[in-house]
Amino acid sequence: MDYINLFVRSIFIENMVFAYFLGMCSYLAVSKTVKTAVGLGAAVIFVLAMTVPINFLLDTYLLQPGALAWLGAEYATIDLSFLSFIMFIAVIAAMVQLVEMLVEKFAPALYGALGIFLPLIAVNCAILGGSLFMQQKAFGGIGEAVTYGFGSGIGFFLAILGIAAIREKITYSNIPGPLKGLGITFIITGLMALGFMSFMGIKI
Amino acid sequence: MYQIINIMAQEIKNKPELSAEVSIEEKEAKREAMVLFLSNTEERESLFSKRNRKLLQDPLNDDNPITVQVLGICSALAITVQLEPAVVMTFAVVFVMAASNVLISLLRNMIPSRIRIIVQLVVVASLVALVDQVLKAYAYDVSRQLSVFIGLIITNCIVMGRLEAFALGNKPWRSFLDGIGNAAGYGLILIIVAFFRELLGAGKLFGYEILGHKGATLAESTGLYALGYEDNGLMLLSPMALIVVGLIIWVQRARNRKLIEA
Repeated sequence: MDYINLFVRSIFIENMVFAYFLGMCSYLAVSKTVKTAVGLGAAVIFVLAMTVPINFLLDTYLLQPGALAWLGAEYATIDLSFLSFIMFIAVIAAMVQLVEMLVEKFAPALYGALGIFLPLIAVNCAILGGSLFMQQKAFGGIGEAVTYGFGSGIGFFLAILGIAAIREKITYSNIPGPLKGLGITFIITGLMALGFMSFMGIKI
Repeated sequence: MYQIINIMAQEIKNKPELSAEVSIEEKEAKREAMVLFLSNTEERESLFSKRNRKLLQDPLNDDNPITVQVLGICSALAITVQLEPAVVMTFAVVFVMAASNVLISLLRNMIPSRIRIIVQLVVVASLVALVDQVLKAYAYDVSRQLSVFIGLIITNCIVMGRLEAFALGNKPWRSFLDGIGNAAGYGLILIIVAFFRELLGAGKLFGYEILGHKGATLAESTGLYALGYEDNGLMLLSPMALIVVGLIIWVQRARNRKLIEA
């Protein structure tokens, strides 16, 4: 039951884009058409579901204060948590590279579809944000970390799919000149975020 | 934002192409080197020449990182509920951008182009870790408030974007000015948004009650609140940050019509 709760929370209530504004850069840049938005969204789900559990293991067995206790009693006092930024970003950059190579080798069709979006993900704040929130929330086990990573990815996917669909339609609307493009996209995102806030009342 | 995509596209094709700015710079460097053999009286560009001042001024208006280049929105909006964290964040970003621009600019001829993203990430991550530790030591409350968003400066597109687009092809002093200018342009928007959100949402600035004190009843209140004024709680919610930025873009483009998108 906890897992379902966490899953729904991470998709709707703590949505990466609408609640924390993470991944906004690629969210705005790649949401011109639905097709590219789906590509980026799928890549983000994949990478988040991989990196959050890996960083969870790193954090638990290497970085936290006292995490090195499994090496022996004399290591129990070491606190490496100041290294966590560098470790997390290194894992993410390496994972993105690895995922790119694996997909290219075993699923060339998918690689063609994702194309440029895979390397873009290394600098997507939503990915690093997922790991940092994971660290802050202090999950009890790897199952929760996997659930959280996967759910956050789906949240990003939903958000970018929604804005892309709206932006495709809005090209036909009559918008004041200075508001065209970026301005109206910001305001629509704000309204979508207001909509997503209504999920806050949900108790599971 | 297109900048970053273009950068990535180049990455895929594996072409270490440099931007137009760079080629001019390189040509000048070559010319300077040639001139050096002929005479030593070649005048040096002053530290704040017109060209260098432009680097500082452009990001504040025409080339603002947030409203025009669309970089660095990720961490910008979540911390604008109050002015204080916004100001602290601005200083953190100014430091990280200036320092990382100078470092990458110094290293620019040593970094192999294939692994430059990882090199940049490591440089930025070390600087951010430094800022995080300093904040934890000297401003713990603010550091708690900013929570993960200090860490997210690492993936702030504005840092990576300027490193890729400018620092990789320019000399340290110019990169330093570019870093300061862009971080200030980013901070400017951050502070404008935070100003309106804190003033309209809580009636305060930096935690001081500007619009008077709100008591339990009308008679106990002072200032505007005595006239029956109410705070707009909506301004404190995260969606309003997006809408305020949208309105800032509207005002800026209405005044500067060459920025309007076709």
